[in-house]
Amino acid sequence: MTGVRSFLPGEQPGMLVSPVLGAEPHRGAEDLAGYLAVGGYAPLTVRDRLLDRIAAVGLRGRGGAGFPAAVKIRAVLDAPGRPVVVANGEEGEPGSVKDRWLLRHRPHLILDGLRLAAAMTGAERGFVYLSDTRAEQAVRHALAERPTHVPVGVVRTDHTYVAGEETAVVRRIEGGPALPTAKPPRPYEAGIGGAPTLVANVETLARIAVMRACPDAAVAVAGAHLVTVSGSGDSAAVLAEVPAGTHLKVLADLCGHGRAEAVLLGGLSGGLHGAGWTDLLLDHDHARAAGGTLGCGALHFLHPEDCPVAVAAGAAAHLAAQSARQCGVCVSGTGALAGTLTAVARGEADDAAADRLRRWSRQLPGRGACGLLDAAARIAATLLAHFPGRVDAHRDATCAACADPALLDARRFTVPVP
Amino acid sequence: MKLLLDSTRCQGYGLCREPAPELIDLDEWGYAQVLVSHVPAEGAGVAEEAVAACPNSALRLVK
Repeated sequence: MTGVRSFLPGEQPGMLVSPVLGAEPHRGAEDLAGYLAVGGYAPLTVRDRLLDRIAAVGLRGRGGAGFPAAVKIRAVLDAPGRPVVVANGEEGEPGSVKDRWLLRHRPHLILDGLRLAAAMTGAERGFVYLSDTRAEQAVRHALAERPTHVPVGVVRTDHTYVAGEETAVVRRIEGGPALPTAKPPRPYEAGIGGAPTLVANVETLARIAVMRACPDAAVAVAGAHLVTVSGSGDSAAVLAEVPAGTHLKVLADLCGHGRAEAVLLGGLSGGLHGAGWTDLLLDHDHARAAGGTLGCGALHFLHPEDCPVAVAAGAAAHLAAQSARQCGVCVSGTGALAGTLTAVARGEADDAAADRLRRWSRQLPGRGACGLLDAAARIAATLLAHFPGRVDAHRDATCAACADPALLDARRFTVPVP
Repeated sequence: MKLLLDSTRCQGYGLCREPAPELIDLDEWGYAQVLVSHVPAEGAGVAEEAVAACPNSALRLVK
């Protein structure tokens, strides 16, 4: 069973362990009385200057892109028309559980964040967007008992890799399929019904609500991250909250992955990182400087017995299977990447396979309507950059790890929601 | 001006490259790849021809 642990310093307000939930976070779900008792749903006044404070502490969005939250909110505020706000709780990364955990256990915190987003943007209606049944029950229960505010609808989607992408969110809420559309326009310009639309990840909204309740701790709250840590070996996966600047190596040790030799960052989106990964700090800028992305904070550690080629082939195969099949270049590109990586894993690739992978990983990023193709390209690029010897070795000898067909799909990355 | 490709609409007809090979290439599967997204003023004519050539309206030129 997936564990739930807070690694925050003693007094820092967090999301997993709180006065509302007590010491057993994964058993509890907050109710209105408990949430009001810790200052929830307090009226927002001009003197709070909440948007300025969000900008000042540099809060980044937690859906994956890490875009500055205040810039996105201001863009919605400045666009013509009456805005709409959306709490996006659909996490498509199989290795991430944080958003579903928050919806199931902290629905009032998210609804409070959504209320504050509505107040900051002047929105008159909002939506909670999700796929998880238990999350939906918790949110509907919380909506029924919360203080009256802007009307909030609950929109359910199927659980797919791309369903949480912001244009897919807008399309689904409008009654269409949960599939991305071409940008521009982005939802902040023209989203639901053409209105400027703030699509905010539920952790982002939760952090805004905690920052409002605990203004003195705003810097620490904005810098902390919810992460989902998984890997091979006997250690169960962990949903953890970590302070800003946490060393990846320290986190791996704390979660039972002290033997790890590599890490797959950002769910399936941030690439494989071998030598040097132990120096990485857990934030968006450091991950980007290392050629990866922190994404939604899902981290999958590889132990010495794991084969990075098998991990890459499995990740690419999942992405190819999850392509929305709208963009021809994505269908062809992810299919070619996954097929070639699987051939490499099985020792069936020709001499030019590595060159083809290298070329595709340069030519394909940025060409799909969403980031799925970029994720698959980054898997191949980082495998070749960090593990060229391991790739070559598959031409000469059968790899025991790659011989197991169960390792060439996404099962190893999937983490159960605690 | 920006030359934008909606990759959900590109069906790989390949007709866009003919008037504007300096702006658009076709990949090994035949799908269009915009080489120069910020089109200089002197390239506007060929960019408009490329936009008009697509049977599925996958290309747009935005001021």
